[in-house]
Amino acid sequence: MTLSLNQKSALLSIVLLAVGLLIWEAAIPGQKPLEEMTEYERLTGGGAQKAGVPPPSQVLAKAWEQLSNPFYDAGPNDKGIGIQIGYSIYRVLSGYLLAALVALPLGFLIGMSPMAYRALNPFIQVLRPISPLAWMPLALFVIQDSEASAIFVIFICSIWPMLINTAFGVAGVRSDWVNVARTHELGPLKTAFTVILPAAAPTIITGMRISIGIAWLVIVAAEMLVGGTGIGYYVWNEWNNLDLTSVIFSILMIGIVGMLLDSAFAALQRAVAYAE
Amino acid sequence: MTKPFLSVEQLTQSFPDGKGGTMTVFEDATFGVEKGEFVCILGHSGCGKSTIMNILAGLAEPTSGVVKMDGYEVSGPSLDRGVVFQNYSLLPWLSALRNVMFGVKARHPNWSKTKVAEHSEAYLAMVGLDGDTIHRKPSQLSGGMRQRVSIARAFANHPKLLLLDEPFGALDALTRGTIQEELLKIWGETKQTVFMITHDIDEAILLADRILLMTNGPLARVAESVEITIPRPRNRTEIVEHPNYYAIRNHLVQFLGRRSKELSGRRSNGTPQVPETVRITMEETAEPEGDGDKSPRLHAVQN
Repeated sequence: MTLSLNQKSALLSIVLLAVGLLIWEAAIPGQKPLEEMTEYERLTGGGAQKAGVPPPSQVLAKAWEQLSNPFYDAGPNDKGIGIQIGYSIYRVLSGYLLAALVALPLGFLIGMSPMAYRALNPFIQVLRPISPLAWMPLALFVIQDSEASAIFVIFICSIWPMLINTAFGVAGVRSDWVNVARTHELGPLKTAFTVILPAAAPTIITGMRISIGIAWLVIVAAEMLVGGTGIGYYVWNEWNNLDLTSVIFSILMIGIVGMLLDSAFAALQRAVAYAE
Repeated sequence: MTKPFLSVEQLTQSFPDGKGGTMTVFEDATFGVEKGEFVCILGHSGCGKSTIMNILAGLAEPTSGVVKMDGYEVSGPSLDRGVVFQNYSLLPWLSALRNVMFGVKARHPNWSKTKVAEHSEAYLAMVGLDGDTIHRKPSQLSGGMRQRVSIARAFANHPKLLLLDEPFGALDALTRGTIQEELLKIWGETKQTVFMITHDIDEAILLADRILLMTNGPLARVAESVEITIPRPRNRTEIVEHPNYYAIRNHLVQFLGRRSKELSGRRSNGTPQVPETVRITMEETAEPEGDGDKSPRLHAVQN
């Protein structure tokens, strides 16, 4: 029997998953039943339930329970995983879209004009390395609203890769293509949309893909700080409840949503890619 | 004397040489191209052929001098001057057809999409591209096909002047031969004025009505204008048997090999540098071809 490379690697993935889960399951020590304990063990608290890392079987059971009813809302501290993720995605997308509205036109300007590039470069270089969470106290103070502050933090962290990649992509458009536009008497706006934008699109989308990844990383931390709703808050809340099963489950969900966001941009990247 | 259709008057181009002085590529170059004429310009690398081409296209500004076309001074790029670049310059994210349509749409913004597509397809067919091929992206086409698309894009716009910047430089000899014939065919059908840069002597003789010869740079000049006294229609297998062919060829080889160096580096002192007209014809003398040695009696120099 011959398998294609894809089939082989899928098979290997499944084997690795199964082995990993088995080792995890086996590594969790079982609780001893009360009657087998000595007097001493019972006196020193051995009989109390220990908080241990849950085995994968419990996590799977939790996942099933949560995913079969993801949108229930039983008060401020008890909402379904779907609602929490929905809040997080809403914040990420709002901050991200605002950043795109600023970064793409500004990046175009910087890419087209060497003067604008030199004038704005120092600001970009200073602002870019700042951890987005460092803005949080200032944002909370100025904006006076935790929801809007979280969105602002997403905005500020997703703006830089988009801005820099757009500028880089636009500045790197081959002069031959710009000359084609010039010899065809295209105006600046028409040149921007019919030649420069498609030529720079792969670089721009790469920047947007990096940005959405960073935004999803940052939202978890931001929501742990601002609290209330969202997947970050959910993780922290379950930690406070000492419900490690839910913590592990939500970690997995963060990974899956991040992967979906990334693959959406990967598809977009393929759509605008061209070979020279 | 009436002005030719395209008139280049005392064109000078110099650049800073990086040591505080200036490096003059060419000075006071003056020549003309008649309407419907096919002119090739031959010269060594670095003599400023491409600079002249870029100035004619309006992509570069000369240090001084003017280019007039149809009586109007050329400034900036225009749809009236179509360019075929050496590296094809097709937009890689568009199919072959859409690349041609890109040009046609720019020329005729009011045309309907079907009309633009039909017009583009017709020109692609003229260079031998049809069927599935025209829906492929440039990266899926061979170098020869890409250059055909580029030529179709330029001709489809009916520019008053077509500028070809070494269009076949990157192609292998066989492909080059086929496309040269296609170029002759499409030129024959459209009767456009063509100004072409080339490195290839045989290509120039096959295609041109007149060949401008440039001396080496810096301080290059257009030294001679050689008329190709071989009747059209020409094709590559027949022209080599024409009595004038080797005489012209030898003259060109001698120029590029020897005189392009000897004649270079002379300052113009502000006088227009007009090329000397050379007309080579062997028909009266009807001598058998010699050993390739070029002697002055084989050509009559006019002016």
